[in-house]
Amino acid sequence: MERDTHFILGVYDDEDVLLHAVEKVRGSGVKIHEVYSPYPVHGLEHVLGYKRSKLPIAAFLFGMLGTSLALTMQFYMMKFDWPMIIGGKDYAAFPDFIPVSFEMTVLLAAFGMVGVFLITSNLKPWAQPRIFDLRSTDDKHILAIDLANNSSLELEKIKEILTDSGATEVNKKSFD
Amino acid sequence: MQVTSSVRQPLVTGGKTYHDVTHDVSRQVEGKPTKLWFMAFLTAVGVLALGSTALLATLWEGIGMWGLNKTVGWAWDITNFVWWVGIGHAGTLISAVLLLFRQKWRTSINRAAEAMTIFAVICAAMFPVIHMGRPWLGAYWALPLPNTYGSLWVNFNSPLLWDVFAISTYFSVSLVFWYIGLIPDFATIRDRATGLRKIIYGALSFGWDGAAKTWMRYESVSLILAGLATPLVLSVHTIVSFDFATSVIPGWHTTIFPPYFVAGAIFSGFAMVLTLMIITRKVFKLEDYITLGHIELMNIVIIITGSIVGIAYITEFFIAWYSGVEAEQYAFINRATGPYWWAYWSMMTCNVISPQLFWFKKIRTSIVATFILSLVVNIGMWFERFVIIVTSLHRDYLPSSWAMFYPTWADVGVYLFTFGLFFTLFFLFAKFFPVINMAEVKSVLKSSSEKAHK
Repeated sequence: MERDTHFILGVYDDEDVLLHAVEKVRGSGVKIHEVYSPYPVHGLEHVLGYKRSKLPIAAFLFGMLGTSLALTMQFYMMKFDWPMIIGGKDYAAFPDFIPVSFEMTVLLAAFGMVGVFLITSNLKPWAQPRIFDLRSTDDKHILAIDLANNSSLELEKIKEILTDSGATEVNKKSFD
Repeated sequence: MQVTSSVRQPLVTGGKTYHDVTHDVSRQVEGKPTKLWFMAFLTAVGVLALGSTALLATLWEGIGMWGLNKTVGWAWDITNFVWWVGIGHAGTLISAVLLLFRQKWRTSINRAAEAMTIFAVICAAMFPVIHMGRPWLGAYWALPLPNTYGSLWVNFNSPLLWDVFAISTYFSVSLVFWYIGLIPDFATIRDRATGLRKIIYGALSFGWDGAAKTWMRYESVSLILAGLATPLVLSVHTIVSFDFATSVIPGWHTTIFPPYFVAGAIFSGFAMVLTLMIITRKVFKLEDYITLGHIELMNIVIIITGSIVGIAYITEFFIAWYSGVEAEQYAFINRATGPYWWAYWSMMTCNVISPQLFWFKKIRTSIVATFILSLVVNIGMWFERFVIIVTSLHRDYLPSSWAMFYPTWADVGVYLFTFGLFFTLFFLFAKFFPVINMAEVKSVLKSSSEKAHK
């Protein structure tokens, strides 16, 4: 019996109960594998102790890359590769280069950041996610505990902690 | 602890639970298409087919098929382009700007509004592409691609080229923003489905599992995309207005154009969102999610942007007089009293007077009145672009080349084609995609539903 149960799941109906439950469960020394929710619960990342996402930095760096690529391209093409007088302006008409530079900044920042997000979160069309409970994309919050990471604690003890924290159901789940 | 306001109206009515949200929205995707949907869809496809004859004729014969002449070299094509791009702006405004301002009411309309943006931008982009005459060579004219002339590059001093970058960036960033929001909802449909639908929506959902860590990153991505899309949406119509403002044509050469065009874009976009939402909520029975409160709030945005547009019209007129430039003064007097006076006064009536009716609470909370006025606003905004473009061109500097513009069947047909395309895409979206962002509605449900108010 112990062998084939790898995860213990606490099922929660309410986001506020869930937030307190996560604190209680972590406080009693149980390591949480992950919490699965149908919608973003604000503050959940804090009680789970996750570090702030570094995606804004990625967006900034990709944006800088976009600006520099766009400016380099425009100066090279308009000033050095094939200079032409247009409307009596300087070859390097810097103010005219701002719109394209801005658009390229936004384009690269958005695509770069989303690319990093998809890769780090392992989101891709052929991904096979491990779904602990089908209701986690509908109306239930699922708190998953990996037994392998909590070998020091008794199974019954973990179940008791979950029930005490307000879980409406406590289930077992195994993956092949 | 949830704090609920006793003053604010609930955003979701009917005492919905989380499961009800899932059910009410997924039901549309899972059920067989209704007869009404089929009728609407086939009508749209019919218009698309009808319009495509004009499109093919234009591609085959060239743009000589249109009513353009030596004097009026831009007419319906650019009018339609600016009109469609403008409509698109509401979607980004709702999803990005209102996200930054923490306006929770956006959650039930942002998905459909963003879809509208994407389809409207596709329709808009059709026009400059067809106007190239030989669009299959268009990539060389529009993008800085190496070529056998040197390389002879595109002209980065031209606002038309800025438009290429602005519109393509706008389209692709909006598409990404929209799709990121769809991923969790596709996962919801996947987890309810079996068989083929499970495979299709499974692939569309990118293996989303709703882990807290992924949600945290998702929130971060949404916020930054909103931060990027906000200046982007302002830049797009600014750059569209540069197409005119950087020229030296009287009536176009105006510094007021960027803010005036952006306000006009949001104005017409919200009108189109209302037109579509009023139909969608009725057909899909989503009255509890897109409530009268939503309609009223959108009408308030219409009053504000409509008033900005009205002030811009008057300012333009005043500045033309005040500048002392005769050509500029003539351009405006000619707009109001010349051969296109009817277009000018249609624009003034539809855009300046009609939105002021929304000051009456009875009118702005009436669905029928809102629906009619939303159509009126979009007719007015089409006339605005027509007036700016055609009346400024048709009186050339040489009176011997003064001319009028008469649309041909091909002008009308290509415009019809974009209508067909827009509604075909929208109906496909409405049937196969969740029209309301379920995850986001659920996230405001606890604090803003009718239940929370009891």
